[in-house]
Amino acid sequence: MNTGWTDGHRSTSVKTRAIYAHLCPIQMPEETVKLTTMHDAIATYVHDGDTVAIEGFTACICFAAAHEIIRQGRRDLVLCRMTPDLIYDQMVAAGCARKLVFSYLGNPGVGPLHAIRRAVEKGIPAPLELEEYSHFGMVARYIAGAYRLPFFPLRSYVGSDLPKVNPRIRFVESPYGDGPIAVVPPLNPDVAIIHAQRADVNGNTQLWGLLGAQKEAAFAARHVIVVVEEIVDEEVIRSDPNRTLIPGLIVDAVVHEPYGAHPSYVQGYYDRDNDFYLRWDEISRDEAATRAWLEEWVYGVRDRAEYVEKMGRETWERLKPAQAWARPVNYG
Amino acid sequence: MNDYTPSEMMIVAAARALAGVRTVFVGVGLPNIACNLAQRTVAPDLELVYESGVYGARPARLPLSIGDPALITGALSVCSMADLFGLYLQGGRIDVAFLGGAQIDRYGNLNTTVIGDYAHPKVRLPGSGGACEIAIHARQVFIIMRLSRRSFVERLDFLTSPGHLGGSGERERLGMPGRGPQVVVTDKCVFRFDPGTGEMVLVSLHPGVRLEDVRAEMGWDPRVSPDLTETEPPTPEELRLLREELDPLGVYRS
Repeated sequence: MNTGWTDGHRSTSVKTRAIYAHLCPIQMPEETVKLTTMHDAIATYVHDGDTVAIEGFTACICFAAAHEIIRQGRRDLVLCRMTPDLIYDQMVAAGCARKLVFSYLGNPGVGPLHAIRRAVEKGIPAPLELEEYSHFGMVARYIAGAYRLPFFPLRSYVGSDLPKVNPRIRFVESPYGDGPIAVVPPLNPDVAIIHAQRADVNGNTQLWGLLGAQKEAAFAARHVIVVVEEIVDEEVIRSDPNRTLIPGLIVDAVVHEPYGAHPSYVQGYYDRDNDFYLRWDEISRDEAATRAWLEEWVYGVRDRAEYVEKMGRETWERLKPAQAWARPVNYG
Repeated sequence: MNDYTPSEMMIVAAARALAGVRTVFVGVGLPNIACNLAQRTVAPDLELVYESGVYGARPARLPLSIGDPALITGALSVCSMADLFGLYLQGGRIDVAFLGGAQIDRYGNLNTTVIGDYAHPKVRLPGSGGACEIAIHARQVFIIMRLSRRSFVERLDFLTSPGHLGGSGERERLGMPGRGPQVVVTDKCVFRFDPGTGEMVLVSLHPGVRLEDVRAEMGWDPRVSPDLTETEPPTPEELRLLREELDPLGVYRS
């Protein structure tokens, strides 16, 4: 994989710069301090009680960030995702969450999310508050948040019992006399963590494949951590500006973390580990087995790099994607 | 004893219902195979749309989930979910959507939220996902579900996605853009819906299935069409397509 570093000095972490700052006579521009480690990004931007959105619809789900949040012992988080997927199943099992804001509690294509179900049905490891929408409702919440609107209208929820159990779904009269329409309130996470294929050191981020609601969640959030498979030169970004989903303007931290989305996938980099999604169904049915898995694969590894090594070369060989290159286009 | 499985019968019945359809909202499982079969038979212009953000998918392998990477490679268009839900679905561009659920009532209303009380559920189900808005906006909804007393209930524990609601034109009065459920394909029979009352009506029994078998698996006594027929069994060509080309490993059809 190409890791296109620009200058040597742009690659230093926040910590390294702090150490050498007194030796450096020239003040570095603010942008260059975004590149950092997962540990530092989580330590700086994710706090107990925060509202956290780690989006990505099936694709580009930053499990590496979730595992670091678990390792750092975060508590009382309000976790937002359309489909909590295994990522929030793991965080709930680890006791990080007090509430879920969501629209679908499934292990996609496999079955239910057992750890979340245990929390909801039995309060294990702790009671879990739920704020439930539909997919379009969640998207609309992020749009309202990103566009700084008081609410966003959508033609949903008519005839459904969902508004009865979620008083934040309201109906208003169209001011143009078209009748009532459902609205949802803005969602502005304290932090959004976006996984993508590539970004430059300033956080200009390019993502292809399923876009989900990544862009909306990022623009809605107070802080944004971008996690990528590759750091590329700014000129790579500028060569294909339509592909830039998130501008560095709104990004606080950039983390280079290959395989950071496993068992989710990154189009063009690695396949979804469907075997793992199926295996998680087995593991997560049992509370002890779930805890044992977390002990071994989250608490028992220092970081994602160690997780990647532990998963073994056969895993990454198995998940190697096919070649399906886009035809280049002329932006001249 | 038939030389095809109940799943194969369901897939074939659902595929036939897609004749002439242009855009179909697909989930995984049986609807996926039914759409693939329809593309090869009665609906060659069918474009597969996935709520994950894909229009015109052409997956090279059977997708395990609606976000499978194989759905992206070679698709016509991949967009954000804001675009998919806003422009394609709410924009009224989806001809048919497949839905299912843990519970269904006689008006095709679906429950995918909870069994028992919402605050203290006996079983917490996945929830709506896109189903609530899909049920409202798709021009037609097709339902594929196994017939069972636990699923076909007199009264839902929770109404997640509106079908014909209380029946008798309630959808129209509420100004819902889509026409709602039109077909329910089960492993024993096929239902359609009475256009006036919005109630499920049994229209065909699969070969070898008796009316008593159907009644035994329902929580209400179903309306039966005066023109009740036998569902036409899968043709050799339909079975060949299913078994040799679309699902050779038998993931969905067994």
